Amino acid sequence: MSRVLRFAPLAILVLLIAGLVWRLATPVDTDVHSRLEGQPVPAFALPAIVPGKPGLSSTDLASGRPRLLNVFASWCVPCVTEVGVLRQLQARGITVDGVAVRDRAPDLSAFLARNGDPYERIGSDPESRVQIDLGSSGVPESFVVDGRGIIRYQHIGPIEASEVPMILAELEKAK
Amino acid sequence: MIAEAGLAALWLAAGLAALQLLLSVPTVRGTIDGAATVRAVAVVQGLFTLIAFTMLLTVFARTDLSVALVADNSNVAQPFIYKIAGAWGNHEGSMLLWVTVLAVAGAAFALLSHRTSEATRIAALGAQAALALGFYAFLLIASNPFARVDLATMLITGPTGLNPLLQDPGLAFHPPTLYLGYVGLSIAFSLAVGALITTEVDSRLARAMRPWVLGAWILLTLGITAGSYWAYYELGWGGFWFWDPVENASLMPWLAATALLHSVNVLAARAALKAWTMMLAVLAFSMSMVGTFLVRSGVLTSVHAFAIDPERGTFLLALLAIYVGAAFTLFAIRAPRLREGAPFELVSRESGLVVNNLLLSVILGIVFLGTLYPLFVEAISGEKLSVGAPYFNSVAGPLALFLAVLVGVGPLLSWRRERRPVLKRLTVPALLGVTALVITLALAPTLALLPRLGLTIAMFLAAASPLPLIGRNVLRTPLATWGMVVSHFGIAVALAGMAANGAFTSERLAVARPGEQLGVGPWTVAFGGVMPAAGKNFTSMEAELRASRGEGVVALRPETHYFSDPVMETNEAAIRTFWDGQLYTVVGRQDPSGGWQLRLWWKPFVTLIWAGGALIAIGGALALLGRALRGWRAGRPRPEPDWRRRYI
Repeated sequence: MSRVLRFAPLAILVLLIAGLVWRLATPVDTDVHSRLEGQPVPAFALPAIVPGKPGLSSTDLASGRPRLLNVFASWCVPCVTEVGVLRQLQARGITVDGVAVRDRAPDLSAFLARNGDPYERIGSDPESRVQIDLGSSGVPESFVVDGRGIIRYQHIGPIEASEVPMILAELEKAK
Repeated sequence: MIAEAGLAALWLAAGLAALQLLLSVPTVRGTIDGAATVRAVAVVQGLFTLIAFTMLLTVFARTDLSVALVADNSNVAQPFIYKIAGAWGNHEGSMLLWVTVLAVAGAAFALLSHRTSEATRIAALGAQAALALGFYAFLLIASNPFARVDLATMLITGPTGLNPLLQDPGLAFHPPTLYLGYVGLSIAFSLAVGALITTEVDSRLARAMRPWVLGAWILLTLGITAGSYWAYYELGWGGFWFWDPVENASLMPWLAATALLHSVNVLAARAALKAWTMMLAVLAFSMSMVGTFLVRSGVLTSVHAFAIDPERGTFLLALLAIYVGAAFTLFAIRAPRLREGAPFELVSRESGLVVNNLLLSVILGIVFLGTLYPLFVEAISGEKLSVGAPYFNSVAGPLALFLAVLVGVGPLLSWRRERRPVLKRLTVPALLGVTALVITLALAPTLALLPRLGLTIAMFLAAASPLPLIGRNVLRTPLATWGMVVSHFGIAVALAGMAANGAFTSERLAVARPGEQLGVGPWTVAFGGVMPAAGKNFTSMEAELRASRGEGVVALRPETHYFSDPVMETNEAAIRTFWDGQLYTVVGRQDPSGGWQLRLWWKPFVTLIWAGGALIAIGGALALLGRALRGWRAGRPRPEPDWRRRYI
């Protein structure tokens, strides 16, 4: 049996192992990327709901610097924990705006009094119109919007404390 | 306590495997006389794994939710049989089953095998211990099945049940059968490694290897057939084979084992094809390990969603690289020292079997390439793609059909040199095949090429496969020959089923309101309505269908099950079998206008696929029985008269 033939199985094995090692080292990207990433924020103008805090319109978002748009509600349990994380972001100089979905003014005021208030502006979205336009299927969700009002990143579910660096990086990228 | 006892038994078994490996080296070298000890250690090691596995079954039977594996994969509401099956319906449990079978096969080999020289046998036991050791390390380090639950996570996530898709009698038998097959091939692997170490590759080795290959092959055949039927009725897609990476992972060892089964006979009878047979023996088990790796590491996406963990993938890949790499290296070093036996002529049974082996190897290569191709394309160009049925069917299909023709011819050839006019004996089968071709041309002129050829060749093979029995005293024909005939006939039957399914299936997809009638093939199906119902751990919607094709009415009740724990929805097809095919019905969701999605298939002769698979396995079992009886007779102290030995 020729030398080439004898070592052929070994050579094929080495190739196979190399391919599989590469595959294990580069995990498959299973994240769902939002269709709205790279698109301008859909036009909207939401009235104020909390006394003393301005409402929110899409033109407010194109303010020349990146902002975080948070879709939330006082009746949403994960939002309670997320508010703390949003306040951390606020403390780092990030502007956070809120879209309050299907909320009532007294409930929302109580929610903010109890858990703290990271929001610069809050718009009331009583029928989920803006939420649906944003392509958001639930609360909470967050969008990184750059200075020209273009959505750069969509985060589904609450932002965990461990995800703060990642969100900061996304905001940095949007500058 | 039970879980800890199981873990302790596993550690002890691992220690014994290490001892077995350490003792086997000097024993093979001849520096110590440790053969009896090595064998005893192998047996005790097998016993300890059995104890560990029994402990796992016990914690699952009692639904001991303090064991993490039970908490994650079982719940109290599950029917008892699925509580037990849950033990191996998950990663850790199935890996424990894997090592249990590996160690028990080693123990059985230590007790039963006497044909090879002592040195080869002990070297094989050493190799088997080395294999087991790696998998023990894998279990104990990366996938401990007996770990206790972490209360903190438990309170957050709560217990979950077995994936409802797997809550099916098929699951109780399908994975263990395949595992027995995969791991049975480990003995062939170890024997090949042992024989390459001692360079005693001869017909004695082939005879020692043959029953293990045959046994593993029977179980693989059964496992694949059962898995195919399970996917057919449980997934509700109406297909019998999806070329899914996990299905391919079971097909590849089967193809290698089929080739090995034939070449080991050449080695046994003629002491030829030595290097090739050793290569196949190594390859068959390597394919089992590749299959396990593909299933367990998640490198390929598949409908079989298992828990995926890169650490485990890396561990399994390291084991694969070490074992297969070592065996291939040993092969490369020792192959020049294997002298081939008696030569043979171009037209002979040997060369027929060589062609069989070549075709099977090429098909194996095609499946292997198709399964891993997406991976390599992504590695090189970054492009994501998937290789589907069209590739496999159009590339492997024609080769498989050609192989099926040769299956009819090969057994008629005699060893070494063919003198008789073989083609003349094939006149009748050839005429029947042509008749089938003419009939399909007349009745179904628009048929695709592959199903048409499939029907033709199935007819030819069905007629040709019994020919080896013609002209022999039927009672004195060895059982092994009967086995071969039955298996080859089974191939014809399965091929006919696949071709008929491909050629004549009628399908109907519709949104129907109660009271509507739908036609599919020769059937008229009346949709009565949908009723809610409840099962032990699910609620369901049950559709009422009444089907008729002239005489009589049959009722079918396809269901959609809604499981709460975990939340999942499964379609339970209602299938009615007739002598000439199956009526397959599935109910889907309700659409907003109040109609229900219905899928109906009429699949003529589809059952032949699995009947053929069963026949192939039965043929294997007959051959194994024949060899075992013969071995038992040969093992008796009283010598047989020469005239008997010649005929039996």
